[in-house]
Amino acid sequence: MARAAGGSAALLLLADGRLPAGGYAHSGGLEPAVTAGRITDMAGVERFLIGRAETAGLTAAAFAAAACSRAARDDLSDLSGLEAELDARIPSPELRTVSRNLGRQLRRAMAGIHPHPHYATLGAAPHQPIVMGVAAAVLGLGPRDAALAILHETNSGAAAAAAKVLRVDPFEVHAILARMADRLDRLAGEAAAAAAGPACDLPAPASPLADIAAEHHRRTHVRLFAS
Amino acid sequence: MYVSSPPEPVGLANRMTARAALATELSGGASRIRALRSDGPLVLRPSHPKGAEPLTHRRPDVARVSLAAGTAGPLGGDDYALSIHVGGGSTLVLQEVSAMLVLPGATGGRSRTAVDIRVESGATFVWWPEPIIAAHRCDHEHDIRIEIAPDARMILREEAILGRHGEMPGDFASRLRITRGGLPLYDQRLRFGPGAEGADGPAILGDAGAVGSVIVVDPVWVDDAPPALPFHRDAARTPLAGPAVAIAAIAADSLALRRLLSRGVQDLGAPWAA
Repeated sequence: MARAAGGSAALLLLADGRLPAGGYAHSGGLEPAVTAGRITDMAGVERFLIGRAETAGLTAAAFAAAACSRAARDDLSDLSGLEAELDARIPSPELRTVSRNLGRQLRRAMAGIHPHPHYATLGAAPHQPIVMGVAAAVLGLGPRDAALAILHETNSGAAAAAAKVLRVDPFEVHAILARMADRLDRLAGEAAAAAAGPACDLPAPASPLADIAAEHHRRTHVRLFAS
Repeated sequence: MYVSSPPEPVGLANRMTARAALATELSGGASRIRALRSDGPLVLRPSHPKGAEPLTHRRPDVARVSLAAGTAGPLGGDDYALSIHVGGGSTLVLQEVSAMLVLPGATGGRSRTAVDIRVESGATFVWWPEPIIAAHRCDHEHDIRIEIAPDARMILREEAILGRHGEMPGDFASRLRITRGGLPLYDQRLRFGPGAEGADGPAILGDAGAVGSVIVVDPVWVDDAPPALPFHRDAARTPLAGPAVAIAAIAADSLALRRLLSRGVQDLGAPWAA
C-alpha cells in the first residue's frame, strides 16, 4: 500500500460525490427535517449541517478512522466488534439500515474500481464508515484521511440535497460548505485521535431529532431521497 | 525553598466528593436490600411506591429505594459516584424524591456524576428517576454505565431539562452506555448548552426545552422486538440492535416530555405499561 507521494488524489477520489456508490439517493436527514418543518431557510440548512457533522458525522468519521488503522495493519479480526459498537450508537433501525445499504454499495464500487482481498472479509452488509475506512487503507490513505473523506462526502451530499428540496441559491449552499471546512478538518482530527483508543471509547454523540425524523421519513409516501 | 504545606488549589476547598452504593439480593423468594451506603449529598433510603411503576406496580416482593439530594447540586467542581448492584434474580426499583438541579459552582469547574450499574442474571432493574435540570452556566458531565446479564430485564428513564423556567441552559453532557453480556447494546452521549454547537439546530434538539428517553431491555424480545413506531412528530420508539427498544422524545417542557415518554411506555403494553 505504499504510495509515491501525498495520496491527495486518492483522497479526492474517495470523497468525490460522483463515486458510483449510491450516495446521491440520500439527503443525510435533510429532507426529513424539511418535511417536518424544522428547516425552512438557508440558516436552518447551515444549523442542520453543523449539528449533523458534530454528531453523526463525527461518529462516522471515528469509525472510518478506526477501520482504516486496522485495515492498514492487515488486522480485520475485530471489525465485527466495531460494527457492534456502531450499531449501539445508532438507535434508529432505519438509519442502521441506510448505513449498511450505503456500505454494501460502497464496497461493491470499490471492489470493482480497486480490488483488494480485504473487501471479501467485510460480511454481507457492512456499515458505510467501516467500508470507507478499509477503502482508504487500500488506497494507501491514513485514518485522518478516511475520517475526512466520509465527513466531506456526507456533508456535501446533504448540502446538495438542499438544492432539490428547498428554493436555494447554489452559491449560498457552497458558501456554507466553505464556512464548514475548518470544522470538518477539526472533526477529522478528533476522529483520528479517538480511533487510536479502544473501540468502546469511540465518540457516541446523540442526535434525537435525526433518529425521530428518519423513522417518520421511512413512512412518508412522497419523498425525493431514501433518507 | 522548602514548602511545608503546598497551597490548596483554588476551588478545591469547595468541592464535594461523594461515593454511594446500593446492592440487592434475592432471599426467601423476595428481593431485599443487601447494602445501602449513603454519602453526603447522595442519600439512599428504603421507600414505598411513589406512584405508577412500570413492570413492578403494587408488587410487595421487590426492593424499593429512593435517592434524595442531601444538599443543593451537584455544583461546579463536585464529583459524585453511585454504584448499583442488582443481584441475581432480585428486583430493584430505584426512584428519586425530586428533580436534580445542576448548578455552576462559586469557583467554576465541571461537576461530574458517575453511575455504575451491574444487573445480574435473572434480575430486574427499574430506574424511574426525576428530571435533571441544567441551570444557566452549569458545566456538568453525567456518565452512566450499565452491564446487564443476557437473561435480565431493565427499564430506565432519563429526562433532561434545558434550563430553569425562562433561562438558557449551561453546558451539559450525558452519556449512557449499556452493554449486555459484555457486548455493546446502546451508547449515546447527549450534549447541549453554549459549548455544543448545532445542538439547538434541526439535527439534534431544535428549540426543545426538554429531551428524554426510556430504554427497555427484555430477553423475550431476542427474535421479536417491538417494531419502530414514530408515534408523535417529536417522539419515536426504535428497536435497538438487540432485545431492546429506545423511546426518544423532545418537548417544549418537562410536563410535555413526560407525557410523550409515558405514552411510549403505555404503547409497549403489558407488563411494561405503568
